[in-house]
Parts: sequence; structure tokens; C-alpha cells
Amino acid sequence: MNKKFIPGAVVTALFAQPCVALAASDPELQAIREQIQQLKTAYEARIAALESRLQIAESATPTRVATEPASPVAQAAASGNDNSFNPELSLILSGTYGQFQQDAAMAPTGFAMAAHIPPEQGFNLGESELGIRANIDTDYRGVTTMALSPAGGVSVENAYVQTSALGNGMNLSFGRFFSGLGYLNEQHAHVWNFTDQPLVYRSFWNNQLGEDGLQLKWLAPTDTFVELGAEIGKGRGFPGTDRANNGSGASTLFAHIGDDLNAEQSWQAGVSWHDTRRVNAQADGVPDLLGTIGGVSNLFSGDSRTLGADFVWKYARNGNPKDVSLKVQGEYFRRRENGQLTYDLAGVNTTDSYAVTQNGWYLQGVYQFMPHWRTGLRYDRLDPGIASVGPLNAMNVIANYAYQPTRTSWMLDYSPSEFSRLRLQLARDLSRQNFPDNQLFVQYIMSLGAHGAHTY
Amino acid sequence: MQKLCHLFLLLAFSLPAHAALNVFACEPEWAALTQEIAGDKAGIYTATTALQDPHHIEARPSLIAKARRTDLVICTGAELETAWLPLILRESGNANIQPGRPGYLEAASVVAMREIPTRLDRADGDIHTRGNPHIQTDPRNFLPVARLLAQRLGELDTPNRAVYAERLQKFTQSWQAAITRWEKQAAPLRGLPIVVQHQGFPYLSAWLGLREVATLEPKPGVDPSAAHLTRVLADLRQQPAVMVLYAAYQNPRPSEWLAERGSLRAVALPYTVGGNAASNNLYALFNDTLQRLLAGAAR
Repeated sequence: MNKKFIPGAVVTALFAQPCVALAASDPELQAIREQIQQLKTAYEARIAALESRLQIAESATPTRVATEPASPVAQAAASGNDNSFNPELSLILSGTYGQFQQDAAMAPTGFAMAAHIPPEQGFNLGESELGIRANIDTDYRGVTTMALSPAGGVSVENAYVQTSALGNGMNLSFGRFFSGLGYLNEQHAHVWNFTDQPLVYRSFWNNQLGEDGLQLKWLAPTDTFVELGAEIGKGRGFPGTDRANNGSGASTLFAHIGDDLNAEQSWQAGVSWHDTRRVNAQADGVPDLLGTIGGVSNLFSGDSRTLGADFVWKYARNGNPKDVSLKVQGEYFRRRENGQLTYDLAGVNTTDSYAVTQNGWYLQGVYQFMPHWRTGLRYDRLDPGIASVGPLNAMNVIANYAYQPTRTSWMLDYSPSEFSRLRLQLARDLSRQNFPDNQLFVQYIMSLGAHGAHTY
Repeated sequence: MQKLCHLFLLLAFSLPAHAALNVFACEPEWAALTQEIAGDKAGIYTATTALQDPHHIEARPSLIAKARRTDLVICTGAELETAWLPLILRESGNANIQPGRPGYLEAASVVAMREIPTRLDRADGDIHTRGNPHIQTDPRNFLPVARLLAQRLGELDTPNRAVYAERLQKFTQSWQAAITRWEKQAAPLRGLPIVVQHQGFPYLSAWLGLREVATLEPKPGVDPSAAHLTRVLADLRQQPAVMVLYAAYQNPRPSEWLAERGSLRAVALPYTVGGNAASNNLYALFNDTLQRLLAGAAR
């Protein structure tokens, strides 16, 4: 109370002063000044007295206080303004320079009817990824990731709600999320170890399988990590065809197990299963037996079932991944598509049965040979399979490409901190028959703001 | 599918029924403290070793599996584990150990924090908004944490509440006696100028009255560069120090480089329980730390 009074009195006195000066004579002013001076000296004396008493008290406190530093003053963290409830914000900035010898838009041989996101040529701004995350209440947590396209426009990459109070090892998420199948699928582009996804992910999942729906995961109460997951959804991401009907358009099952071998080595392995029905999936520029220039447009309707297996093994010297570490991972996917194919929509337009089993895999190793510096090697391979084509289309549709696309990539990256990364990548791309390509990428990935924990 | 379900039910029921309270300790010092307070009433899992940098741990599957069956998570907090712990807690599907629940204990919440930054900018390096999290280098900080731990253990395991209270009392007494002994031993260290590799010793320095005159990392968490080391070396000519301290998990090279060129000793401190062969419990940790400091200070 006294403390409050001092500045109050002084301020009042100071403000009053000019007014008083106008009306009052010099001796009166002098008297007021003296009063203020007296007030000041009186309080200074009292403060000094208090300080000395405090010092005496401090030196005489019993042992318990002496052996224990003062406990925190009211846990300053909860500074009660509205901003403190603001969610975590993060922004990823990335860009690439790509140099190729062949047209990047060309799909791997035998995969013209699969997904294809060609890498960008020349200088390019990548997608800027804006993330907003926060606990919604005691039961839910919300996560949004928006991709700001360099051409303008915003797309919602992730927007899901996750339960945090189910317990018993259950985790339920709903909304738009990356499917939990495989190992790489859930990882965002900024944590990829190479500039691009493996060919099998590009062709089989359009880089990453995203889903609008529900995901339920259950973690077994065992010492070994055993996780089972199931998803149902709209079938939004390739190979789904984004149907808007009752019921679900795609379902996924996956299981992961993992453990440590010792303090330095750990591993995880998994299997996944994806099932969807494709309806009027159109593919353009598909080569045919007649050698139609620019290819033809085909339509496929039928079942698409994919089986996958994945593993990852990590080593870190003394268990410090920031120091020297090695990571080896591989994944395999096998897809069976069975249904009706309509050949050459714009021309003969004939429909007959079509079935094919395709597979693909990659194996990669990333070695951090010293803090901040990593190098990695990846080998990709696809097998377009031999299709069984109904008699009406047998003379038009290529059933056997007799070529297995492959690619070998090498990368070197430097991360001055955990928030920034610069990368050089070279690739020998033999994924298009008769069009061997040497590719060069330079990339930067920077992250601003909140930086959440990364998955294994 | 049915077979699969049976398999998992079998798996779930064939697990050993947990006899004790399961405790997940993020760092070895909290595992050791739990051992002091809970004795054989708790099964303790230590998530990291003294040779690991607790800032940079991967959210490994094994950690998630352990957190799933845990009744109490005890961690330093103050953002030390922010790169891995939140993910482990979320993925564990264990509602009892989420922040805010009795099963989640942050040691830093009851400790007077040092070096709380006044400016938050990533350009300043790896800074923690709630202050320097390396609180385990001052033994006095274990007293309030032990009180909180005993209280939580009692809440989670009511039949053994009296056991925890009794063990807490015993620990507090012998720990205070040990602190008095250590403080007497450490008297010659008071006012001694030292250099630290990482800003990981403010609590130790404050406790023993060590005077930190330089830091080898130009900014927290940023590796010492040759240019910065040279500058530190030049500064030390003006303002000499007696020793340079680094933790067991850190790369000794920068400290050794400086020790070779400046006339000071590089001293590796265990930093936490298990940091060297001698530091196998909390008492041994500080006995060994003081021995090393006194040896480093001896001329």
C-alpha cells in the first residue's frame, strides 16, 4: 500500500505543480517543494530500513530454506492473457531446383494408368506448409496442415481431430489425415530423406495416401511395440476415386511391431492392406499396341487391393541420433486390380475385362557421418506385371511391357540446425524405357515457429 | 479375422499382471530418485541413458510401448523433452499420463528456474521458454521434487501411501545431511572461474558459487565453431579460468581443444546417474561430481 502511495503522491504533486505555479507565489512553491523533498527522504529512509531488516532475516533463516533454493514464484507460465491459449503455429518453407534430360511428365513404363506427380523442372517454390495444432479440450486435440500452393490457392492436407482420453491404448482420429499404412506414408514432405518419394509411393499412392474418414489405432499392452490400425474413409486419395455414396469408399488395415535391440539400435516392421473400389478412373496418354501418338484415354472400374510390407532399422552411436547415425529402410507394395477397362474413350470406346498385378519396392540407407551432415542412397524398382486383357481389347491394350523401371538416387544434405536443411540429390532414372535420365536436384527446407516432435 | 482377435486377447491376458506401480522416468536422475522414494513398490523404466542427449531422443517404438503401461511419467519438463515426449504420450493411448493428470510429473514445476529468457528468438539458439532445464546439477532441487513425487505416488497407490511418506522423510534427512557435507567439501570451489561447454551448469554453479566466465557453444545447442573457440581462448588470456566443464554425453573435443591451448583442465562431469562407472546412484553422483571438481581445481 505504501509503495503504491509514493508514486501516486509524487505524480499528483508533479502534475499539480505547473497549475500551482501559475496561481501561487514563489514562497508557496518553495514550501511545496520542501514538502515533496521531505516525503521523498522519509520514504527512502523507510525503504533502507526495510532492506536491512530483510538482510538480517535472510542470514538468520533456518537450514531448510538454506539448503533449498526458493520455490518458483507462482509458476509464471500461466500469464493469463488471451494469447496464451493460441495454438502452436508452424510454417515450412521449401523450394527446389531440378535439372533433367528427359520430359519429367512421362510416367514410368507400364504405369501410365497409375498416379504420376512429375518432379518440377528449373527453379521452383515448393508447397509452403502451414500447420496449426492445439488441444481442443481435455478430450480432443486438433491438427491442421494447409499446403499453400506456389501457383496460388490453399489445399487442406491434414485436418483431423485426435482423441486423447480414450485410454487402453486406443487412439481415434477423424477428419482428413495421411493413412497409417507403410512406413513413409504418414511422414510430411519436410521430413523426407530425399527430395522426392520412392517410385512405388509415387505410382501406387500418388506420393502419399490421404483419406477423409476415421482411423482407430490400438497399442497392445506389451513391452514390445505392437500397434494395430484400421481406417475407413471416402477413398479420396489415389487409387480411390473419391466417391460420394453411402458407406465407405476405401478401407485400410495395418500392423506395426518394433523394439530396441540395445541402446544404439532399434527397429520397426509392418504390414498393411488397402482395399478400394475404383469407379470410372480415367487415365490419359496411355500407350497402346497400335502406337497411337500421344496415347489414348482409358477408363477403369473395378477392385483395387494392395498389400504392403515395410521395415526400418536405425543405429545411433551411444543412442544420440544427432551425432553419428544410420537408418536403413525398405518397403514393398503389391497391387491387384480387377475390373472392366474401357479402351480409347475418344475413339473405338470398347469395354472388356482387365486384371493386372503390379508391384514395386525401394531400399534406402541414410548415414549421418558427422553432426549436421548426412548422405543417402536409394534404389527403386517397379514391376508393371502382365495383364490379362479381355478379347475385345486384346489387340489394343498392352498386356506385357516387358520392362522393369528402376532408379538410383544419391543425396547429401546439411542441416545447420534442426530447423533448416539444404540438400543436393543426383539420380539415374531408368524408369522410362528408352529414355534414361540423369537428374539433379537442389533443395532447401526451413521450418519456422513451433516444431512438434517427429515420428520414428 | 476371428483368429486374429483371439490371438490378441491371448496376448493381452498372458501378460504378467503388474505387481507394482509402473514408473517411466525420462532421465536417469528421476529414475534414481523414484528408487529412493518408492523402493521395491515401483517398477522403474528409464527412457534415456546418461550418454544420451536428452534434448534429442527419437520417439522410438519401444518408448511408446513402455509408456502405454505406465502409471506415472516423471520428467524434467521445462521443454527439455519437447522433441520426443509429447509424441510418445499421445501415441501411447494412455489417458492417465497425459499432461495435467496425476500420472504426469514435471520436476521443473517445483524448482526455482534459472536463465528464463527475456527474449524468444530461434536466432538465439536452443533456448527454453521456461528457463534452463538442467536442474539436476543442484542437489537442493531434489528435495521439492521428492516431496511432489512422494505425494503423487501416494495418490496413485493409496495402500502404500505411508511407505512413500516414510521413505520421503528418510530420504530428506539423509539428503540434507549429504548436502551439508558436500557444501563443506566444496568450500574451496567458491568463486572459482570456470568455462562450460554447453549452458548446462547454471544450477551447479549457483550452488557451489562457481563463476562461469565463458561458454564454448556460441549459442545454446549450437556446436562450438573454430572461430568462436579462438575468441574464447583470447578472452581467457584476459580473464583466466581454472577448468572447462562438459557433460558425459557431450563430445569432449571442444573442451579438450581449449584445455590443450589454454592453461586449464577439461573436466568431464557425470551429469546424471550412470554418467560414469562411479555414479551409480544419486549420492554417488554428487560424490563423484565434487571429487572431479576438486581434482580439477587442485593446482
